[in-house]
Amino acid sequence: MPGMYRDRVRGAKGPRLSFQRKTQLLSAALFNGYAIGFQKGKIFTGGAKAVCVPVLNCYSCPGALGACPIGSLQAVLGGRKNFPFYVLGTLMLFGVVLGRAVCGLLCPFGLVQDLLHKIPVPKGKVPPRIDRPARYVKYGVLLVMVILLPALAPTGTGIASPYFCKYICPAGTLEGGVPLLLMNPNLRRALGSLFHWKALVLAAVLGLSTVIHRPFCKYLCPLGAFYALFNRFSFYQMGLDRGKCVGCKQCERSCPMDVEVTKHINSPECIRCGKCKSLCPTGAISSGFSCRATGKVEGAQKESSGFN
Amino acid sequence: MKSKLRWVPIGVLAAAVMSVAVGAAGGEPREVLGKAVRICLECIGIG
Repeated sequence: MPGMYRDRVRGAKGPRLSFQRKTQLLSAALFNGYAIGFQKGKIFTGGAKAVCVPVLNCYSCPGALGACPIGSLQAVLGGRKNFPFYVLGTLMLFGVVLGRAVCGLLCPFGLVQDLLHKIPVPKGKVPPRIDRPARYVKYGVLLVMVILLPALAPTGTGIASPYFCKYICPAGTLEGGVPLLLMNPNLRRALGSLFHWKALVLAAVLGLSTVIHRPFCKYLCPLGAFYALFNRFSFYQMGLDRGKCVGCKQCERSCPMDVEVTKHINSPECIRCGKCKSLCPTGAISSGFSCRATGKVEGAQKESSGFN
Repeated sequence: MKSKLRWVPIGVLAAAVMSVAVGAAGGEPREVLGKAVRICLECIGIG
C-alpha cells in the first residue's frame, strides 16, 4: 500500500512530513545556506555563485549560495550578447535528468505556494476555457521576457535589463527584496514605483496561492516552462500500471496541477510531486528512473523506489 | 518508453554536457559569478 494512504489506514503515527516536503525543505536550506547573510543583510560572494542552482532562487537572497539560472540566462544574453552555452547546458542537464521534478520536489518558491495553499480558505479552480490557454503564458514569458528582450532590446549602456527579474519575478521580491530592505536602510530610501509594482505582483501571487494551487508554476514561471519541454523524455518518469488502475480518478482529483493522470501521466504540466502516487489505493502509479513513459511498469518491486 | 524516444534523453544529456563544457571554456561562469555576487537591484525592485 502506498505512503499517505497506508499511513491513513494505519493512523497510528500521526502527521509526518511527506517525501516531497522533506526534499523541498532540504533544498531550500541547501540553496540558501548562508545564514549569516540574513543576519548582516549582505549577500554571499563566494565562488559557488558561479554555479547555477536548478530552481528559481534569487541570487540576491542573503542566504543564496548559488546563482539563479533564469537571472543568469538574462545576464549572459543581456551582457556580452553571447550564446549562453553554460547556463543553457546546466538547465538542460537538470531538465533531462529530472524534468519538472525540480518544480515539485526542489523549488523553494513552489514550497511557499504549497504552504500557502494549506491556509483554510475556500479553494477554487480556474475554468478550463481560461486555464488551458493561460498555461501557455509561461512559454511566452520564457521566450519574450527571458530570452528575446534581454538579447535584442536596445540599451544605452549595452547591457540589457533582466526583464523577467525586473518586472515579474515574485521570488526575487520575496527572497531578495524583502530581507535586504528590512536589513538595509539605504536600500529602503531608494524604493520607488518599480518596487510597488513588484510588491503588487508578489501579493497577487501569494494571495492567489491560498485559493488556487501553485498559480505561479501553472501560468508564469519561465523555468517551469523550460523544464516542461523535457517532461516526456526525462530520465525521471512517472509510470502507470493500467492493469492495476481501477479508474477511481482519485489521482486526478488530488493533482495540484490538474493533470489528467490516467491519460497523460508525464504531461508537461506534471511537477512529479507524488501526490497521485501516495493517494492511489491500488499502487498503480510509480515514479523513478526505472519507470517507462508508456505508462506501464515492469512489476511491483520496481515501484517501491519512489516517494514513500 | 517508445523506441524512438529512448535515445532522445541520451542525446540531450550529451548535448547538455558539451554545452556546459563549451560555456565553461569561454569564461561564462565568471560572467555568472560577476552578476551573482552583486545585489541585483532589478531583482529586488529598485533598479
